[in-house]
Amino acid sequence: MATMRDIKRRRDSIQSTEQITKAMKLVATVKLQKSRVRAEQSKPYFNLMYETIRSIMQGSSNIRHRYLKAGDSPRKAVIVISSNRGLAGGYNSGIVKLVSSSLPSELTDVYAVGRKGRDSLARKGYAVRGDYSEVMNGPLYQDAADLTELLLGEFAKGQIGEIYLAYTAFKNTVVHNPTLVRLLPVEMEAGESETKDRAIMNYEPDDETVLDAIIPKYMSSLIYGALLESAASENGARMTAMDSATNNAEEMIADLSLQYNRARQGAITQELTEIVAGANAIGG
Amino acid sequence: MADMFRLKVVTPDRIFFDDDASMVELSTTEGDIGVYREHIPMTAVVAPGILRIHQDQEVKKATLMAGFVEILKDRVTVMAEVAEWPEDIDVKRAQEAQARAERRLANRSAGIDIMRAELALKRALIRLEATAK
Repeated sequence: MATMRDIKRRRDSIQSTEQITKAMKLVATVKLQKSRVRAEQSKPYFNLMYETIRSIMQGSSNIRHRYLKAGDSPRKAVIVISSNRGLAGGYNSGIVKLVSSSLPSELTDVYAVGRKGRDSLARKGYAVRGDYSEVMNGPLYQDAADLTELLLGEFAKGQIGEIYLAYTAFKNTVVHNPTLVRLLPVEMEAGESETKDRAIMNYEPDDETVLDAIIPKYMSSLIYGALLESAASENGARMTAMDSATNNAEEMIADLSLQYNRARQGAITQELTEIVAGANAIGG
Repeated sequence: MADMFRLKVVTPDRIFFDDDASMVELSTTEGDIGVYREHIPMTAVVAPGILRIHQDQEVKKATLMAGFVEILKDRVTVMAEVAEWPEDIDVKRAQEAQARAERRLANRSAGIDIMRAELALKRALIRLEATAK
């Protein structure tokens, strides 16, 4: 049986861990609130962007644009958005698992946003071409635009044939799904859209030029939205993880307190027995 | 007010403007345009310039840096990467940016990105114009 001192030491250490996890949970909760508002505010822009692109595609059926078909290169680029810090439950491993199960390591270039994803993918043998981890500390639209420009440059040079984006979609505080979407070539799910007044859409100067200008913006808005959603998911995941860690710590402390009291009682009983036995020996 | 249309200006961070307007003026890559209700459907690429929103007697000004505009009969949507109201513009900063860009363009020896400097100058000038009463 463990001595009283051992149990006490163990309990104190768990107690200080609990204080840390509790504090982290509070911080994550506040950050979650903030990042969630930002993610929600960027939604209308993205949704409108998506609608516009889709109506252009449907309105003009036979446009051949270089961004609408895959490049000749077999290589694929993927932007992987993860977090810079750990202790966020399954947040980072979820995204890494998704990437490694859907894209082969020998044909994929990784552009990492977030240190954790970068490190695990590098360990799995992926070629990490770019590292934009500092972006995760405060995503700006400009960051997304820069990333888009860089990738489109590579695409134009024929270095890569397709561009993917892996991020964690934020559904609500406890549900976040790792998601992989293809950015280029642009794919649109066919759907009913209000084609009635869009059928005669004019483009100025012409539809190709407009697509040329819009598709990069579309990509940037997708990436920007993904950055914000991932930030919200990260904080949500951390909050949940820290909450259960705090609960576990409390449970362990309760267990250890019980053990400690038992050990203490045992020690007192033993001492009494010894005293009584000693007194008997003298008096007898 | 039969001849109003719905104008929406959306930026990545927020919905910048969402209200009825009678006329809107903005710059596209093909030149400046003014849009009333019942305009033919059109999509155009926005060039850096000033956005003027006419509502009854009132005219609201804002800067518009890049993006595109979708015009439908009763609806105009501007997707802007950057849009600002004059009161949000830091005049001093814009003046400094103007001076910096002009200086860069003046001695274009040291392998600077001329396109970029010109764009920066244009942005600064637009911001100053929007704040000028």
